[in-house]
Amino acid sequence: MSEPLVIVGNGMAAAKLVEELSQTALGRYAIAVIGEEPRLAYNRVLLSSVLAGEAASHEIELKPAEWWRARGVTLKYGARVTGIDVGRRELTIENDENVAFSRLVLATGSLPLRLPVPGSDLPGVHTFRDSRDTDVLLSLAAKKSRVVVVGGGLLGLEAAYGLARAGAQVTLLHLMDRLMERQLDVTAAALLKVLVERKGIEVLLQASTAAIHGEALVESVELADGRRIAADAVIFAAGIKPNIVLAREAGLAVNRGIAVDDVMQTSAPGIFALGECAEHRGTCYGLVEPAYEQARVLARHLAGRKAAYSGSVVSTNLKVSGVAVFSAGDFIGAEGSEAIVLNDVRRGIYKKLVIADGRLTGAVLIGDTQDALWYRDLIRSREPIASIRTEMMFGRVGTRPKAA
Amino acid sequence: MTTVDPKLRTVRTACPYCGVGCGVLATPDGSGGAAISGDPAHPANLGRLCSKGSALGETLGLESRLLYPMVRCKHGMERVAWSDALDHVANRLKHIVARDGEDAVAFYLSGQMLTEDYYVANKLMKGFLGSANVDTNSRLCMASSVAGHRRAFGADTVPGTYEDLDQADLLVFVGSNAAWCHPVLYQRMLANKQNRGAKFVVIDPRRTDTSSEADLFLGLKPGTDSALFSGLLVHLADSGALDRDYIADHTAGFDETLARARNLAGSAGATALATGLSEADVAAFFKLFSETPKVVTLYSQGVNQSAQGTDKVNAIINCHLAAARIGKPGMGPFSLTGQPNAMGGREVGGLANQLAAHMGFTPPDIDRVRRFWKASDIATHEGLKAVAMFEAIARGQIKALWVIGTNPAVSLPDADLVRAALKKLELFVVSENVRSNDTVDVGAHVLLPAQAWGEKSGTVTNSERRISRQRAFMAPAGEAKPDWWILSEVGKRLGHAAAFNYTSAADVFREHAALSAFENDGSRDFDIGGLATLSDEEYDTMAPVQWPVRAGKPPSPRFFADGAFYTNDRKARFVAPEVPALRGETTAARPLRLNTGRIRDQWHTMTRTGLSPRLGAHLPEPFVEVHPDDALRYGLMHDGFAKVTTEHGQCILKVVVSERQQRGMLFAPIHWNATNSSHGRVGALVASHTDPFSGQPEAKATPAAISPYEYVFRGFILSRTELTLPPNLWWARATVPGGFGYLFADNGDLMRWPGWFKARATDDVADYMDVGGGVYRAACFDRDRIATSVFVGPGHDAGDWNVVKTMFAADRLDDEQRRMLLSGRAPDGASGGPIVCACFGVGRDTICDAIASGARTPAAIGAQLKAGTNCGSCIPEMKRLIAQTPAQADVSVKVAS
Repeated sequence: MSEPLVIVGNGMAAAKLVEELSQTALGRYAIAVIGEEPRLAYNRVLLSSVLAGEAASHEIELKPAEWWRARGVTLKYGARVTGIDVGRRELTIENDENVAFSRLVLATGSLPLRLPVPGSDLPGVHTFRDSRDTDVLLSLAAKKSRVVVVGGGLLGLEAAYGLARAGAQVTLLHLMDRLMERQLDVTAAALLKVLVERKGIEVLLQASTAAIHGEALVESVELADGRRIAADAVIFAAGIKPNIVLAREAGLAVNRGIAVDDVMQTSAPGIFALGECAEHRGTCYGLVEPAYEQARVLARHLAGRKAAYSGSVVSTNLKVSGVAVFSAGDFIGAEGSEAIVLNDVRRGIYKKLVIADGRLTGAVLIGDTQDALWYRDLIRSREPIASIRTEMMFGRVGTRPKAA
Repeated sequence: MTTVDPKLRTVRTACPYCGVGCGVLATPDGSGGAAISGDPAHPANLGRLCSKGSALGETLGLESRLLYPMVRCKHGMERVAWSDALDHVANRLKHIVARDGEDAVAFYLSGQMLTEDYYVANKLMKGFLGSANVDTNSRLCMASSVAGHRRAFGADTVPGTYEDLDQADLLVFVGSNAAWCHPVLYQRMLANKQNRGAKFVVIDPRRTDTSSEADLFLGLKPGTDSALFSGLLVHLADSGALDRDYIADHTAGFDETLARARNLAGSAGATALATGLSEADVAAFFKLFSETPKVVTLYSQGVNQSAQGTDKVNAIINCHLAAARIGKPGMGPFSLTGQPNAMGGREVGGLANQLAAHMGFTPPDIDRVRRFWKASDIATHEGLKAVAMFEAIARGQIKALWVIGTNPAVSLPDADLVRAALKKLELFVVSENVRSNDTVDVGAHVLLPAQAWGEKSGTVTNSERRISRQRAFMAPAGEAKPDWWILSEVGKRLGHAAAFNYTSAADVFREHAALSAFENDGSRDFDIGGLATLSDEEYDTMAPVQWPVRAGKPPSPRFFADGAFYTNDRKARFVAPEVPALRGETTAARPLRLNTGRIRDQWHTMTRTGLSPRLGAHLPEPFVEVHPDDALRYGLMHDGFAKVTTEHGQCILKVVVSERQQRGMLFAPIHWNATNSSHGRVGALVASHTDPFSGQPEAKATPAAISPYEYVFRGFILSRTELTLPPNLWWARATVPGGFGYLFADNGDLMRWPGWFKARATDDVADYMDVGGGVYRAACFDRDRIATSVFVGPGHDAGDWNVVKTMFAADRLDDEQRRMLLSGRAPDGASGGPIVCACFGVGRDTICDAIASGARTPAAIGAQLKAGTNCGSCIPEMKRLIAQTPAQADVSVKVAS
């Protein structure tokens, strides 16, 4: 009989793990997925598209119900796991009976951060994290509301773009002096700001939210410098934290995230974690791609094959507010590195390739990301680029000299 | 090539470039341009045009034109009314002549002037200002031929016609790159070679494109031509090829000349020693020449531009006289002139050592001309020839100079000295088409706008004595006037209203024709008295006609078959040349000799050809050609830069390493100047040693040194308007489709370019910067069109100028093109390469692809790409490419083996 394998969390990491397992360990496990959101796993990255009206809610589902059925996966969604009994190898579930496991995978993702400012608990203050949030924001936009989005990272920009597209009047507040400071350099961020503003979004940088005012409902946002911005709603999109509640309560080793080793195993044998909730070699990744890489490693491990995860070269490769954005590696350019830069503001394009020791070590691209994956591979492979240096900005070229 | 409204009238005119004198059909397009094609009815070209002539339509723009008279005032040049400008010139001339005498004034004219303009200038100076200080840029071109003709024939007579080139069995080119410099005639001779089997012998220190069809190429040491032809004379004598009767009846001086020739080159072996040729080659040439009665010897600047140019001409003529191979179909010596109307200038007498109409400064001639002109103050002695004239200006002896239609600050030898001399003038008048050239920019005091080709109307004479009408087909630019009118107005203001009361070019022409016949009666070769009574209408419709046109006499196309030379005893003279020697010694510090010349698609100082994008595409940068061994010895890299230094100046030029160049010799083209290059003004390098008879300078053998010159960066700029470039830059400007191109090299900081560019850019900028790689590329846009683009890169890689040029020419770039622009690569990966065929704009890469895929002859390439099917002057280059490019079959064999 197959071993019971339970995955807690029904997000993108979970779906990828099931997909990988169905290829590498077919029939070995009886898989159950327990998810809190009352729907099939969907592509969270595309929530802003739903918000923007570019995709319908059901269109962003990762796999149809038949797909899960065909792989014999037991799906329990709309179910909240309240505890892990590591010794008994059982999960407790709210309003339901316990579920036993042989192997457990935590894919609990992350939680949105709410700023601890006065008024942050007023009605009309929301987050933008899941499908339910999206429904709320859509109804706000439909009313042509004035919405303040707090946070100029990826999430905030996505929310702002979606809301603006859906009809809301959007002001984006960002604490730092540039947008997406973790993914973009100064120039890229400045270009992104121009492009975001072209879409009708007001962007305020170095804007520190001091308080949210309102009687029964949000009425305005006050900044640290005293400015007030009238608002019908406030969206917190100023960061996420790994969702480690279950793990911590179960006594698993946690730091910022759930500590895992190179096969994604937590401090408890047979219990694994991956995705945004996991912390590998001190790093919590907030992106899809590392989660997928982790899923591949974990699937191989669970299939009894040799596998090890050694961390991801972080790259961002997304449409942000309708603008293609990519960054990877040392895109700022550490001391001793040099950069090749291309600018074309009218076409909304900025590209920077960072080179150190004759190798591509980082890249940031705005507007034109068609060669992004090639750059990412070059960064990862650490292939010498001297022979293609003059051409690499303009598209894929071979790195080896042509055969004579 | 341009679509033309059939209702617009086509005008028959003549090309303004070389001395072939091709007929041109010009059809105005109604918007300031014209469609150009060859005139099938013109006997010089029978419908053909070369690359330069074909591109005439691209040179008619008004952007660079001088549109109204200007006079220098305190604050620079100011526009004035014609009457004020003319008053000023006349008053100043009058004042200077009154104070310093008539020899304090001078005219420097041009072989591009029309005969009528030339006539009035010559008459004004020699008949009414009293000086013969009238010289012309023809002095740099064919003065040695004139002097040689006069020594041998007693007159400046070209004995033969172009038909002789069709009928000859042997064509000997001496110092002539006719393939590039007289392409239409060269094609005509090639047709003779192909159809009749005529042989070509090419005698030149350089293996030019003319040599590519040669049956025998003689790469002699520079300056040894007269030894070769002396050896030939000896051979003719010793092999029984002399025409003893002709020598006895019609010539003088044969025995002394033959004796001298035996001393110089008494055998094929001695000739070989004197010329650096192999004895076998020399013997082969001698045999071919002596056994081929129908032989034409064509010569050009390699003979003329020499301190012994006149001797070289006579050494050639000696051989033709000795065998009586002159004045008969298919034979004779033939001087190829370099300018459209050098011959017309000679007919008028617009040279310092002639008076007028093939008359000199003998008392009877002076008297005759004085009476004909009713001259108030006729010149009584020769004036100063070009080089001496500018030396006299430098000494302060000549105080007033009027330059018409030429650019002496570029073209004269020792051109820096010329520039300095011009600054000393009290009165410096320039009649010009363009607002700016090196001569104008020295600091002209008066600028007079002259009508340009297409606007002016008159006659020109080509190398075979054929007078053709150059006709107007468009309205004059601005207030531009004919030169004859400008000169006449000054003549009137000097108090000679009756002598200069012309109302039309036809008026002037009739007087010119009448003078040629005045008291002539066969005593002078130049006689067009038959044209002296043409009505205005007959003048307008005059068909090309060869002189002489004697009134009431039948035409006689050739001279001297039966003697009747123009010496006192009607006998030709054999003239013994001096021992061949170059002036100016090479030394350890100046071990090389600098040869100068033309390139295929440019003409003179590029004031006209430089306006054509097509012509700018072939060789856009000033260069120096050097033999591989010399390149190795002096550390020069092909496509690198070199500093060429002579006693007179220095230039920095692109290096072309070529086997076609002789060891010890450099070659640099003459066309670049200070308005289109920073360091390419080759005239400044050339020594001013002149021939004692012709006054023509030795422009092809200046002692020189060469050394590599390194630049860290290279690049190019494309712009819709002319730009002021950053300082301390090497640059050359070329006209490109849609604007101007600058090719440059730089040792400055790469980081100076972004600031320089952005200060000149529109708001819409795209740029690419790789500081570590030494690359900066930027373009700014005006809507979807490139406004300005700059590419800077390391010395070996500045990006592909041809690709960016193509994008620059486009009215709009789509998104993908704009994306690829800064890569300097074509979106489809093919650029076509540097232009080979200027007529159809076909690039080297395109041609090589065609060759590789099986087009192994110029005809096959032409069928596929049209390249070489118009003027044919790129055919030699295509043949070289065919020889260099392996066929695809060959490639696969190599891979397999």
